[in-house]
Amino acid sequence: MFANKSQTIDISNLCKSYGSVNALDDVSLNISAGEFLTLLGPSGSGKTTLLMALAGFVRPDGGSIRFGDREMITTPPHKRGLGMVFQSYALFPFMTVAENVAYPLKIRGVSKSDQKIRAERALETVELGGYGNRRINQLSGGQKQRVALARAMVFEPQIILMDEPLSALDKKLREHMQIELKALHQKLDATIVYVTHDQREALTMSDRIAVVNHGRIEQVETPERLYRQPHSFFVADFIGESISLPVTVAKGTAQLGERVLKSDLPIALGSGGHRLVVRPELLEVTPGDVPETANDLSGYVHDIIYQGDSVLVIVQHDSVGQINVRVPANRAGQIGLPSKGERIGLALHPEDTIIVPEHIS
Amino acid sequence: MSIHESNGSPQSLKNASKIKFEERRESLTFLGLSLPAILAIFIVVFLPIIWLSSLSFYNAAGELSMENYARIYESALYRRTFVVTFQISIAVTLICVLLGYPLCYWLTKLPDRTASILMIFVLVPFWTSILVRTYAWLVLLQRNGIINSSLMSLGIIDEPLQLAHNLTGSIIGMVHVMLPFLVLPLYATMRSIDTDLVRAAVGLGSSPREAFWRVFFPMSRPGLFAGIVLVFILSLGFYVTPALMGGGRVQMLAQRIESTITIYSNWGAASALGVVLLLLALVMIWLMNRVFGLDKLFMR
Repeated sequence: MFANKSQTIDISNLCKSYGSVNALDDVSLNISAGEFLTLLGPSGSGKTTLLMALAGFVRPDGGSIRFGDREMITTPPHKRGLGMVFQSYALFPFMTVAENVAYPLKIRGVSKSDQKIRAERALETVELGGYGNRRINQLSGGQKQRVALARAMVFEPQIILMDEPLSALDKKLREHMQIELKALHQKLDATIVYVTHDQREALTMSDRIAVVNHGRIEQVETPERLYRQPHSFFVADFIGESISLPVTVAKGTAQLGERVLKSDLPIALGSGGHRLVVRPELLEVTPGDVPETANDLSGYVHDIIYQGDSVLVIVQHDSVGQINVRVPANRAGQIGLPSKGERIGLALHPEDTIIVPEHIS
Repeated sequence: MSIHESNGSPQSLKNASKIKFEERRESLTFLGLSLPAILAIFIVVFLPIIWLSSLSFYNAAGELSMENYARIYESALYRRTFVVTFQISIAVTLICVLLGYPLCYWLTKLPDRTASILMIFVLVPFWTSILVRTYAWLVLLQRNGIINSSLMSLGIIDEPLQLAHNLTGSIIGMVHVMLPFLVLPLYATMRSIDTDLVRAAVGLGSSPREAFWRVFFPMSRPGLFAGIVLVFILSLGFYVTPALMGGGRVQMLAQRIESTITIYSNWGAASALGVVLLLLALVMIWLMNRVFGLDKLFMR
C-alpha cells in the first residue's frame, strides 16, 4: 500500500437542528489519517446524523468538514469519494454478488476485465472468494455483511463510513466480525468512521472512541483511557458496568458520606454534583481488614449470583446502599467467598477510584 | 434413554396415527373454508367463459362452424376495431405511465402524512361512479365547456377546441379512470424500496440521476409492470367512457361487441370477439412478461 493514502477528517463547529432539537450542537472532532474512530452513543444522540453529515446525506446548518485539506461542506455525496457500509447492508437485490461489489468500479468507468479482477480480489479479502455468481438472497446475514464491506473498499477509498454494520447479526457472529473488521482495517489504508450504540463493540475495535450525547461529543479517548478515566457521569455510565454513589467534592477532594475518598485520578469539572463510579470488577475482596491505602467499601453479603465465568456478589453497604462486586469464578473458588449475611471486605484502590461530574461543563 | 428406545421402530412412535389424523383434519378444514370461493369463481368466471367460447363456434343458423372467426379475420371493419382498440389502450397506458410514475416518485419523497393525504386525492375519484366522472369530463371539455370558454376569454384560442366526442376526449376520460390502477401498485412498490439502496449507490459514487436509473428504476419495475398490465388490459375492454366521450366516432372492441348483440343480436359473432379479446390480453401479458423479465425480478 502507498504511504499516507488515507486521509484526515477535520470537523469543526458543525451544527444541525431539527426544529428545537439540536441533533449536532457545535461538534468539533479531528480524526487522524488511517484511524479507526467510533462514534458511540445511545439512539437519538446524533451519532448517525454526524455520520450522514460526513457522507453528505444530511446538510448541516453550519460548520466545516474537511477531508485532508479539501473543504467538503457543500460537496454532494457522490463526489466525496467515500466507501459506505449501511446497517441494512443495502445490497442491490437484482444484482449478483460480483455485480454488487463491482458497482463502484462500474460507476468510475473501470474496464470490464479490471472490474472482474478487482471485485474478485475484494471478495477474497473478506473470505468470499468464488461467491461472485451467487444472488444476494442466497447469502446469510454474515455473508451479506462481508459483501457490503467488499463493495465499500473495492475502489480503495481513503475514507470508509460504517453505520452500525454489525447490529443485525447474532451475538457470536458479531463478535467474530468485530475481530475480523479490526484486522481488515490494519490491512486497508483507510480512515474508518464507525457508528455504534454497542459500547463493547466500540471498545473492541476502535483506536479512539468519541462518545456522543445530545448532539455533543462528551469525550474522545482511546478505549482504555475512556474506560479507566471517564470525564462525565454519562460516559462512565454508558461504558462498562457500574454503580454510582453521590459524593461531595470540595477543594479537590471528594467525600463519600463522612469519609474522604483517596483517588489518583483527576476530578473533572462540571455541574450537577459529583458521583463515585464503582466498576464491579475493580473492587477487591479482602479476606481481612481493608488496607489503609485503599477506600473501604465493606458491607454484608446480600446475594451471590453465579454467572459462569464470574460470580456477582451483591453487597449491602453500611451507609451508601447496594454495591455489586464481580469476582472471576476461579478466583472466587480460591479465596472462598463469605456466605449470605456475612461481612465482606471490599477495597477500592486509589487508581480505580473514578469520580465524575454529573454533567460536563 | 427413552429416545434411544423408540428410535427406528415405527410402531413405537407415540401417538403417530393421532397426529396424522389431526394433520388431515386441518387440511380438510382449509379446503372447506376456501370451497365457497372456489365454487363462486368457477360459476361466475369459468362457466361463462366456457359457455361463451362454445357459443362462438356456432353460426347464425345454429350450425357448428368457424364462420365467426373467419369474419373477424376478413372484415376490414373488425380489423379496424382491433387496431383502434390497441392504439387507444397503448396511448392510455403510456400517458398513465408518464403521469403516474413521476407522481408516485414525488409521493415517496414526501413525509408519510402528506403522502397519505395526497393519496386520498388519487383515490377519491376512484370511489366515484365512472358514469359521473365521464359526464363531468363532458361538461368540462365540450365546445362551450369551461375549458374552451376560459381559453377563449383569455384569448389563447379563437375557435373552441374539439376536446370531447372524439378520440382526444376518449383518451382524456380513460386516462383519468385508469390512473389509480397504475398509481396504486406502483406507489406500493416504490414505498417498499429501501431508501438506503439509493443512498448506497450515491454514497459509492453514482450521481443522483445514475442512482435513479441503475437502482431505483429497476427496483420499481415490478410495480410498474403490474400497473401497466392492469391499465392496458382494462383499457382493452373498456366500454362506458369511450362510448360516451367518443360520441360514436370512436369504436372500441367492447362497443363493437355491444352493437353486435343489441343491433344484430348475433351472439356467436359477439362471443368470437370476446374470445379473441381474451386471447389477445393473455398474449399481451405473456409478451410484457418477456420484455420486463419478471421472473428475474421476483427471484429474491
